[in-house]
Amino acid sequence: MSTTDHNAHSEHSEYIDSDTGKMGMWLFLFTELFLFGGLFIVYAVMRSKYGEDFHHAALELNAFIGATNTVVLLVSSMTVAMSLTAIQKKQKNLAIGLIFFTILLAGVFLVNKYFEYGHKFALNLYPGSDVMRNLPHGEIMFFGLYFLMTGLHLFHVVVGGILLTIIMLKIKSGRINEEHFLLHENGALYWHLVDLIWIFLFPLLYLIT
Amino acid sequence: MNNQTPTAPLNYLNHKTGLWSWLSSTDHKRIGLLYFYCIVTFFLSAAVLGLLMKIEKVAPGETIMTAQTYNAMFTLHGIIMIFIVVIPGLAAVFGNIMLPIMIGAKDVAFPKLNLFSFYLFLGGACIALYSQFAHGHSPDTGWTFYVPYSAEASSNVVIALTAAFTLGFASILTGLNFIVTIHTMRAPGMTWFRMPLFPWSLYATAWIQLLATPVVGITLLMVIAERTLHVGFFDPKLGGDPVLYQHLFWIYSHPAVYVMILPAMGVVTEIFPTFSQKPVFGYVPIVFSSLAIALVGYFVWGHHMFTSGMSYESRWFFSLLTFLVAIPSAIKVFNWLSTMYGGSVDLQPPLLYAISFIFLFTIGGFTGLTLGSVATDIQVHNTDFVVAHFHYIIFGGMGFGFFAGIHYWFPKIYGRMYNIRWANIGWGILFTGFNLTYFPMFIMGIQGMPRRYFDYDPKFQLGQTISTIGAVILFTGLITMISNLIYHSKKGAIAPANPWHGVTLEWQIPSPPPHENFDEVPVITRGPYVFDNPHTK
Repeated sequence: MSTTDHNAHSEHSEYIDSDTGKMGMWLFLFTELFLFGGLFIVYAVMRSKYGEDFHHAALELNAFIGATNTVVLLVSSMTVAMSLTAIQKKQKNLAIGLIFFTILLAGVFLVNKYFEYGHKFALNLYPGSDVMRNLPHGEIMFFGLYFLMTGLHLFHVVVGGILLTIIMLKIKSGRINEEHFLLHENGALYWHLVDLIWIFLFPLLYLIT
Repeated sequence: MNNQTPTAPLNYLNHKTGLWSWLSSTDHKRIGLLYFYCIVTFFLSAAVLGLLMKIEKVAPGETIMTAQTYNAMFTLHGIIMIFIVVIPGLAAVFGNIMLPIMIGAKDVAFPKLNLFSFYLFLGGACIALYSQFAHGHSPDTGWTFYVPYSAEASSNVVIALTAAFTLGFASILTGLNFIVTIHTMRAPGMTWFRMPLFPWSLYATAWIQLLATPVVGITLLMVIAERTLHVGFFDPKLGGDPVLYQHLFWIYSHPAVYVMILPAMGVVTEIFPTFSQKPVFGYVPIVFSSLAIALVGYFVWGHHMFTSGMSYESRWFFSLLTFLVAIPSAIKVFNWLSTMYGGSVDLQPPLLYAISFIFLFTIGGFTGLTLGSVATDIQVHNTDFVVAHFHYIIFGGMGFGFFAGIHYWFPKIYGRMYNIRWANIGWGILFTGFNLTYFPMFIMGIQGMPRRYFDYDPKFQLGQTISTIGAVILFTGLITMISNLIYHSKKGAIAPANPWHGVTLEWQIPSPPPHENFDEVPVITRGPYVFDNPHTK
């Protein structure tokens, strides 16, 4: 008897209640903000200590690639939101198409980053390199922060891309549908966070010189 | 399961059997027990390390270990005790087992995530052990990982940092789970102010876990980056700032002290009304003092750094805030004592532990104020006084709170009763040993005995020897207590559903609880501590 009870319980818990699930996601996003918050504190302290060096180092970054990536992420945030609306309106194929486009944009972001990092490595500007060691202290800090902040963000882009791929497959198989779209909603929330953090990183690293 | 007998109804312990049914269970009670067994194992091994350190100090000079071994031992003792035992301890064990039952829910909000956090915890604990045995030196930085030493030491610091990071992540997910559980899973009729006080303390704790742990997470990542990529945020040679590390570290690690102590306060808050058969005195002030401790606790981290180089203004500011935290703690002590006043006090083992919790916590709290005021802190900073203070808070507070909790909920968890007489004897040995071990350290600290030294000036011989004898007694007490519990978890007399005449929800269901806690969802019509009909259960 208890076995059937247990099965009933498992079936019940296959779909978590939507409000509960969303609340969990929001709390998780807060922790992500605090994680990056620690880096922002270090940025603020170092910037006030080495304003001049930060100015010089920031000129090394390519604001064009940065701006392109900002646009790419903003558009991808829009398409993931549109995909959620589509699934709620029972337009399954449109939802799949939009989420596929979002993943594509995540790929564009990664390609841009590859060229950007590649250029820095070509100039021997990476933590621990000989060129880097001989720079003024503030510039070492700036590039250290640049690599750690964008690197951690990049990790989130990759995780977000994987999450979106899982969502796309689940929409295809019908496990995400117009009644149960919690995972889709949470995935979109996560993707917005990736976007949001970039919106802070872009001006801090590329624009303020 | 056709062979069930009326005397052994199905419950969460026996509804499924086999090791795998435990390792893959998403039942909050089973996960709580898994945490319990892991934490007790780690606690005992770290306690042995503590005992060995005390034996080293029985006489001046090198007795049983070298200075380097001693450094590795206090580091491992600290990492295990802080990150594996004390921070997760009460919330992961009793929080998991009791929280859903006390709020009338079938499980936590995210049962699978709960199991996942357990495995993260276990993974982190294994990485911490691996740091000891991996190729190279065991870490010798102390559990605080202060830079620049942690950035330069040749020992396995990166592995230990990874362990702390993983354990922190497990802690975040548990906190997240509890917050959502308390918000969305309370039984019908259980308004916020009808919720028992242990869940309230877990709620305050969970917010700290959620909002403070990520900061230490990123800080530890930065130290890892410092060691592997030479970025130099904290290394003065590359223009970094070591004091910045201390700020970031204590922004988490001071609130973490409240992650340790708040659930212990919650446990004893359940025990006092039950063993006085009297409603808790001042329910609402206790709730708000928990929240106030959690809130103010965020802003006092600087008191760890009075001697590290801070402006005069920030020192008095942090000192003032530190004194403010004492107020809600004192409110709680006042409420516990008033709860007992005029009640029909039944001096059972859980109450003994709870009362000694007040005694030890008060000593720890007052000496905390000594450390929180700038002038006296500079005198006793980095001495044995600090070590004695935090052992009074963490072991005397959280530890005794944990022991109180296990003696209180043991019959509920196992459906059997331990031997009361042996529990009392164990408590007596433990309490005596505790004070003998740590009280002399206050005196030696004031006299100038530095912490983390494996050797000492012969003038401290008397105090050190008393402390070592105390440690042996303390360890004997632990063994007495634990063997009583282990033996009677299988062989003890069958316990009734409500042996202590408690009135909160966990006492209204059978012992051990059924797999899904409640046969029908309870409907709550009044506050948690109404003793209008005692001794009927």
